[in-house]
Amino acid sequence: MAFETIDRTAKQTLLTVQEYSLFAHRAVINLFSPPIYWVDFLLQAEIIGVGSIAIVLLAGFFTGAVLAVQSAATLAAFGATAVTGRFVSLSMIRELGPVLTGIMVSGRNASSMASELGSMVVTEQIDAMRALGVDPMRKLVTPRLVATVTMLFFLTIISDFFGILGGAGVTIFMNGQNGTQYFSQAYESLHARDVMQGLIKPLFSGFIIATIGCFYGLRTSGGTQGVGRSTIQAVVSASVLIIFVDLLVSQVMIALLNR
Amino acid sequence: MSVISTSASLAPSRPLESGPVLVFRNVSISFDGPPVLEDISFSVGPHETRILLGPAGVGKSVLLKLSNGLDCPDAGSIELFGENIANLPETKLFPLRTRTGMVFQEGALFDSLTVRDNVAYQLIQERVPDTEIDQRVREALRFVGLEETFDLFPDALSGGMRRRVAIARALIRRPELLLYDSPTGGLDPVTSTNIIELIVKQRDVYRTPSVLVTHRLQDAFTMCSHRFDTAHDGMVPLAEHETDPNTTFLMLNEGRLIFDGSLHDLVHSQDSFVREFLE
Repeated sequence: MAFETIDRTAKQTLLTVQEYSLFAHRAVINLFSPPIYWVDFLLQAEIIGVGSIAIVLLAGFFTGAVLAVQSAATLAAFGATAVTGRFVSLSMIRELGPVLTGIMVSGRNASSMASELGSMVVTEQIDAMRALGVDPMRKLVTPRLVATVTMLFFLTIISDFFGILGGAGVTIFMNGQNGTQYFSQAYESLHARDVMQGLIKPLFSGFIIATIGCFYGLRTSGGTQGVGRSTIQAVVSASVLIIFVDLLVSQVMIALLNR
Repeated sequence: MSVISTSASLAPSRPLESGPVLVFRNVSISFDGPPVLEDISFSVGPHETRILLGPAGVGKSVLLKLSNGLDCPDAGSIELFGENIANLPETKLFPLRTRTGMVFQEGALFDSLTVRDNVAYQLIQERVPDTEIDQRVREALRFVGLEETFDLFPDALSGGMRRRVAIARALIRRPELLLYDSPTGGLDPVTSTNIIELIVKQRDVYRTPSVLVTHRLQDAFTMCSHRFDTAHDGMVPLAEHETDPNTTFLMLNEGRLIFDGSLHDLVHSQDSFVREFLE
């Protein structure tokens, strides 16, 4: 009995992975043949990008601030409080900026994509779109994919910037340290390889958020309860995958760039 | 007094050929379980209206979705406009689907778009100029008697109005085959009659072939026993014992097609299920 359950679950998981791979493949190859819905891309870029600025900015600022608070105490034990700027900027740009932005945007947008497309499925709007001769993959998925990848890249830069500012606020106003020292440490310790590592990650995270959100949305079944289920699955899967892929990308980048 | 008007621009875009527009041959389909439809064969000729009857949950909507390739059969062939669509990839189905019009059970209007954008959906994708779109949308809305809803969103419409907007959306590109999925389901008798009047009008004035799914016998009988009178701009009853020769019936039970014939054959059928259904 238990073996049957494991067998069935394993097959189901494998099938889901296969379906997701084909889905993501179709979403990407649609970019290389017409029609491409650029207006929908701009609309989604506005919803995903502009709409997420506030949460990304605040999350980045407070993460930088808390990094400065926590690190100052530890660094003080070694008499190294002067390197707080270096610690905050490296942590934000290489790791926390991309990952936290990915998770914040995943919570906001993977859920909205899954629930929006899921609602369209259960009210037959997706079938209506197909019956009207319009491909939902091209019209709904590909614009969301391109918009999320593009906007997450810029949102990560905003998050990094405000994270360093948050760290500066704590360092200068709460810890009473020198601001010039903080910023010069933050700037001088950074290398192009660090920035590259931090800006490659959001491309993967954006891909994960859009494809997972749309994938779970479009395979919704079971009415309004099914929409809720799809939304939860999308957010959980996207968040876990973002962290897992972050680990893989970090390993690969460290091996390739030797940093 | 009828609330609907006629317009030549809603007639089928291409002259219909003599062959059938839709042919099912031994079609079967199942979804992780016993077959939903099994060995279904029938055809829809030019200018013909087929009314698909059967109890709820028998597979009527599935059959309709098979007709334009929204679902794919496990076995058998489906010819739409002479092309076998049973195993056609989705990308090749899109051009064929634009030649059909489909009215979904609850209307399936896009709730984030206005009535104008819903009705014009196909025209907008084809980048038709805005002035032409506005003119054609107004004509389609006039046909269904809802011109005043042009700028409204679907959530401001009643159930019956949504169905009528869905009919306008299905008609705007002058389809060569119309598929109606329970267009009167859940509506009050007056609104149902208005919807049936629209369908009869499309049948008699533009002679667009169609498949209509319903489990309401009164709608089916009304369609058979009435015609659209353009002089009075309304539906009028046919003479006693006269029925529309182009309106015929199909009946499904337990996934199988158990009846295919005229109203006369239907009411004189000796099949126990048909008799039970009619009573």
